[in-house]
Amino acid sequence: MMEHIPLNFPFLAAALLVGISFYIIIFKRNLIKLIMGIAMMASGVNLFLVALGYRAGGGAPIYTDAPEGPMVLPVPQALTLTSIVINVAVLALMLTIVIRIYRHTGSLDSEKSRKMKG
Amino acid sequence: MLTKIVRTVANQLIVFILIFGLYVIAHGHLTPGGGFQGGAVIVSGVVMMLVAFSSQELKKSLRERVLSIMESTGALILIGLSLAGIGTVFAYNFLVGTPIFGRIPDFGPGPGDFWTGGVVPLMNLAVGLKVVAGLSAVVLALALFASGEEVEE
Amino acid sequence: MASLITHSPILIIAIPLAAAFLTLPIGMASKKARNALVIVSLTFVVFLVFALARDIAINGIHVYTLGATSPDLTIPTGFMVPVRIILEVDGMSILMGIIWSIVALAAAIFSLSHIASETGQNRFYTLLLLMVAGGFGMMFTGDLFNLFVFLEITSISGAALIAFRTRFADTQEGGFKYIVVSAIASLMVLFAIGLLYGQYNLLNIGALAQVIQYTTPDKIALALLVIAFTIKAGMVPLHLWLPDAYSVAPASITGMLLITSHTCMYAAFRVCFTLYGGMLDTPVVGWIIIIFGLLSMFVGVTMALSQKDVMRFMSYHAISQLGYMWVGVGVGLAVLGNAELVATYGRDAISGGIFHILNDGMYMPLLFFIGGALFHCTGTRDLTKMGGLAHKLKWTTMLFIIGTLCISGIPPLNGFSSKILIYENVYRFHPILTITGIIVSILILASFTKTFHSAFMGAELSEYKEVKEVPRSMIIAMVILAAGIVFITLFPSLIVNWTIHPAADALIDQGAYINAVTGAIP
Repeated sequence: MMEHIPLNFPFLAAALLVGISFYIIIFKRNLIKLIMGIAMMASGVNLFLVALGYRAGGGAPIYTDAPEGPMVLPVPQALTLTSIVINVAVLALMLTIVIRIYRHTGSLDSEKSRKMKG
Repeated sequence: MLTKIVRTVANQLIVFILIFGLYVIAHGHLTPGGGFQGGAVIVSGVVMMLVAFSSQELKKSLRERVLSIMESTGALILIGLSLAGIGTVFAYNFLVGTPIFGRIPDFGPGPGDFWTGGVVPLMNLAVGLKVVAGLSAVVLALALFASGEEVEE
Repeated sequence: MASLITHSPILIIAIPLAAAFLTLPIGMASKKARNALVIVSLTFVVFLVFALARDIAINGIHVYTLGATSPDLTIPTGFMVPVRIILEVDGMSILMGIIWSIVALAAAIFSLSHIASETGQNRFYTLLLLMVAGGFGMMFTGDLFNLFVFLEITSISGAALIAFRTRFADTQEGGFKYIVVSAIASLMVLFAIGLLYGQYNLLNIGALAQVIQYTTPDKIALALLVIAFTIKAGMVPLHLWLPDAYSVAPASITGMLLITSHTCMYAAFRVCFTLYGGMLDTPVVGWIIIIFGLLSMFVGVTMALSQKDVMRFMSYHAISQLGYMWVGVGVGLAVLGNAELVATYGRDAISGGIFHILNDGMYMPLLFFIGGALFHCTGTRDLTKMGGLAHKLKWTTMLFIIGTLCISGIPPLNGFSSKILIYENVYRFHPILTITGIIVSILILASFTKTFHSAFMGAELSEYKEVKEVPRSMIIAMVILAAGIVFITLFPSLIVNWTIHPAADALIDQGAYINAVTGAIP
């Protein structure tokens, strides 16, 4: 059954996630929705990174006495892990700042809580 | 503060969550896991306690000074371990061959040997300590914000 | 001493990192010990950077492999490509390092009194030292993914520092805009790194530069990388976050954020010149950079003419100065394929752009610090409310005059030296660029005269009768930067021959960078 899923299906999913999150970031006015858009874009890029490493029919790269055949690349998995950790820190910082903005201006709408223009 | 059933179950479950988190941190060089992953598991246990008991109750046990010192200690152990090998190169694995975590793993399939890996398990423990302290402080601060109280500096 | 210089690239990154986490426990014990720790560690880093610079001027590119059995074992036995994280310091990186270390030291000394009335000062110094470590990491690394990680470290600590004074509402808004823009730019960089890794299985810049061809995913990766770094460096039309973020931050942090923008510009140059090198379509990319640099120069100064907030005024001028650097190096990039044009004016145009990075890194933080000093004394950033401050703030007035003369390009100060280099060499490429540059310089002088008159000249206002001169540590910080300006003013050809021309050659010469990493492997 695995042969019926085309091999670039994860890349299409990653592109869809990044595309939808660009739409959210540009067009939505609620600050919390903006943060969710950034989280979704991060998920899309992480999916893209992990899907890069896949080799068709490959096994997990955990052997000292490896069997014959291709193995999935381990480096993109390390890159994705680092990226997930960094995104946790960024999202925590953004949420804290949004709480402070809400305390000061009483609104989560980005049009109403903008004070600096020009 | 939720009902008595939830509080009792949370009190019992936190032990298992802590042990599972410590297992994931400590066996990071053998099974999937490591510093950040195990730390995140332990922080999910802390979040469970925050939900079951209120943040005011938890603020008495998780004091901000203690978390701050734990976080700094974790980071300093990590940098210290990397600088300890500076005689050769920064971040050199100088514990390979020594009795502390220094065994070479056997060739071929088998259960992993815990005392292998060199500097890596110690770095995992340092990173786990830092992640637990840091993310618990963040989660506690957000919960205190939500209940309307100002966070102490 | 020799081993200190061998290990210095990683020590320059590790010492601020260790000091950042030592600040919290020590700060809980005693404030004076924490201040001493911050100043001593940053001074030691300045000393290490200068020692490393001298070593690179004598011995060439300095490579450091993390975790190997010896520092220059970039390719272990039996491998064909570099496998570890490699720090590679060449002439351009160490020049950025010199600027960053001096400005970081000045910013730390300035902060000693600028934020003395805030709570949570331990965390401020932790974040400041983390930002210093992140900046050095971005400059010294030879690995694309390491660049991404240090870019994120610098952005996160910068955003937290902008939003540090939580009792104001506009600081939170500036910090939020900064972190959102940084997060999107960093995700674009990560996507581009994924594209490059998927094709070539390599993350090291030197090794990638050897095997890269200019296929369609490579073009997409180049576009994403250049756009992401120019967003972070404040190039028009992607500059809209910059005045908001720079005007509300504490003044010492604004100085450091400016050098972070320069570092992102350096990363864009590293990608265009060293990673892609001759493979890119250099006239096209060069002309795009030149056109947007011209727009930055012009939009920056015209928006600055109508500003009432002194820090916002300075940040629009920062955008226009960044435009000069883009034009200078963009001309060099546009002629990179043509060896005789490079020898005639390309190399000098790049030198002019890089020299302007050095000069701008000295006088622009000085101007930001003066804005912060004005805010400290009068409690407001609004120029219409200030007046007659020259009677009380004598040192600040004198330093503001020096800063104005530098930024307008008046001889003999250092702004003139770099601008004349840019004007002469860019004229031979296309005359309109020089003419625009001169017009922009005139407008800069006009706007600064207006600001000087409004803030410092005039009769003494009644509400500022009790204003005293700014605290001593702020003066010391500003004098450090002014000393740098005076040194560059007095010895411009010494600076150009010893630091700027090696940096320009390091950018143009891709082969030396690749050879330092891959050694003798053909």
